[in-house]
Amino acid sequence: MPPEPSTSYAAAIAPALLDPTRAVPTVVIGPNGKATEKRFGVYRNNVTVSLIEALAAIYAAVLRITGNDFFRAMARFYIRSSPPRSPLLFEYGRDFPAFIKRYEYAQSLPWLADVARVERAWLDAYHAADAVPLAPHALARIAPERLASLVFAAHPATRLVRSPYSAVTIFAANRSAEPVGRIDASTPEDALITRPDVEVVVRQLPPGGAIFISCLMAGCPLGEAAAMALKQAPTFDIAANIAGLIEAGAFTSIAPATFGDGR
Amino acid sequence: MTIAIRLDAPATMPLRFSPPIGGLAGTSFKHEHLAAILAEGPQRGFFEVHAENYMGAGGAPHRALEAMRRDHPLSLHGVCMSIGGPRALDRTHLARFRGLVARYQPALVSEHLAWSTHETGFFNDLLPLPYTAATFQHVCDHIDEVQETIRRPILLENPSTYVAFATSTMSETDFIRSVADRTGCGLLLDINNVFVTATNHGFAALEYLADFPLSRVGEIHLAGHAEQSDDEGDPLLIDSHDGPVADAVWKLFEIVIQRRGPVPTLIEWDSSIPDWPVLKAEAARAQAILDRAHAAAVSDDRHAA
Repeated sequence: MPPEPSTSYAAAIAPALLDPTRAVPTVVIGPNGKATEKRFGVYRNNVTVSLIEALAAIYAAVLRITGNDFFRAMARFYIRSSPPRSPLLFEYGRDFPAFIKRYEYAQSLPWLADVARVERAWLDAYHAADAVPLAPHALARIAPERLASLVFAAHPATRLVRSPYSAVTIFAANRSAEPVGRIDASTPEDALITRPDVEVVVRQLPPGGAIFISCLMAGCPLGEAAAMALKQAPTFDIAANIAGLIEAGAFTSIAPATFGDGR
Repeated sequence: MTIAIRLDAPATMPLRFSPPIGGLAGTSFKHEHLAAILAEGPQRGFFEVHAENYMGAGGAPHRALEAMRRDHPLSLHGVCMSIGGPRALDRTHLARFRGLVARYQPALVSEHLAWSTHETGFFNDLLPLPYTAATFQHVCDHIDEVQETIRRPILLENPSTYVAFATSTMSETDFIRSVADRTGCGLLLDINNVFVTATNHGFAALEYLADFPLSRVGEIHLAGHAEQSDDEGDPLLIDSHDGPVADAVWKLFEIVIQRRGPVPTLIEWDSSIPDWPVLKAEAARAQAILDRAHAAAVSDDRHAA
């Protein structure tokens, strides 16, 4: 069944916007019999270029690393395979890191996708809901025997990105205006992203730190999270790590663990 | 016995009026200008933002907008409602829009006569529609829905276009006038869009303005455009918002203000954004024209009295 005439203009135009191999839709005309190639091309260009710009703004370090031409070509492929679904452009490009990982021409930069994941987490933290972080002295008032059973509520901005590469160092070096020196990309790094007030902060976690905070964010009691971290990193310093996380603004509140009976 | 007085407005909609915005000139608000604007302190003028940029949950964007809104009238300009699309409005998006109106109590609220979403795809551009009885019905239904949801009238902006439709049965000005009559919405007259569209379609901007229902205009937009060429090598103007307002557009603005009297007027500048003093100077130029028209109107009143 042909589309009803009232909807056909959008149905005719939409598929041609991102696909340059499609002919200009015949529903559009030029004035006084003029051709429509360049005229319709303005819309095609607006759509693609504005989406490339949106990705370039989100993935500024990836852009700096790859250079403008490489980035724009990669973004163009991505936009065609994953056009936005939401009118909120800061939500766009959530699967761009996964696309970079698969992208044929980025295979020589195996850490690039992880740098992109840090950038995506940075933007999510930037827009996350406001919340007052846990006060630095919050643990001081808890009786020592009850510490192990505490559970923590993560701040809405808190994000964790784990990488087998030096993704945090590469991210930090390429988000500043300073020249970038040689970086050994082969050291695994874990990023903690927090935003205690308005400023987003990216930190590198010590060994065991990532498993520790991911347990806490999943709702495990402190004792259990510490045991998991120690199992992975025998030198894990519980006191320093919990103090560091609280100082970073990773949490908003603490509560005693709740069991089956609600207490 | 107690008598409960209930307001029909939802609880999230405080009944609070925005400061008067009369014959003020304003500018787009860009975060890179925040420090410079706050350093100057409260000033005469208003600021306009794209609603979608403030639809995140929290953080720096809202903090900046709160700081601006404390001392200045705000204009909330929606870019993605897809009022000109054939499909139903995105209710989630509309709810977010309503939330912003409730939170910031803007002096002006506007959207576009265009579409940007179809089925599940979002195209991030202001796309054109034919002007027919069917699209008239869709546009009116969509505006009714927006206005009922936010509980106030919006201003509808005329588009800049590069193509036309063989199926159109009415002119753009007739379409817009009929939509305003039917829905009670006000109009945002983008004079740069008029100039761009007139050039691209080979008619005179002044003719368009003569047909435009100026009495319904509640805001004016001025912006820069770029020039390319069409397939025949004739000028094709692009609504690029990346430079100063063209002389021809200033001229049209003066003519409109002479006819209509002072209306809140915005300098739009969305890419290749200059330092704050450059943008501020463009707004000052518009303000001078508005003030001259105001002074002339006051003087006419005195003579008449």
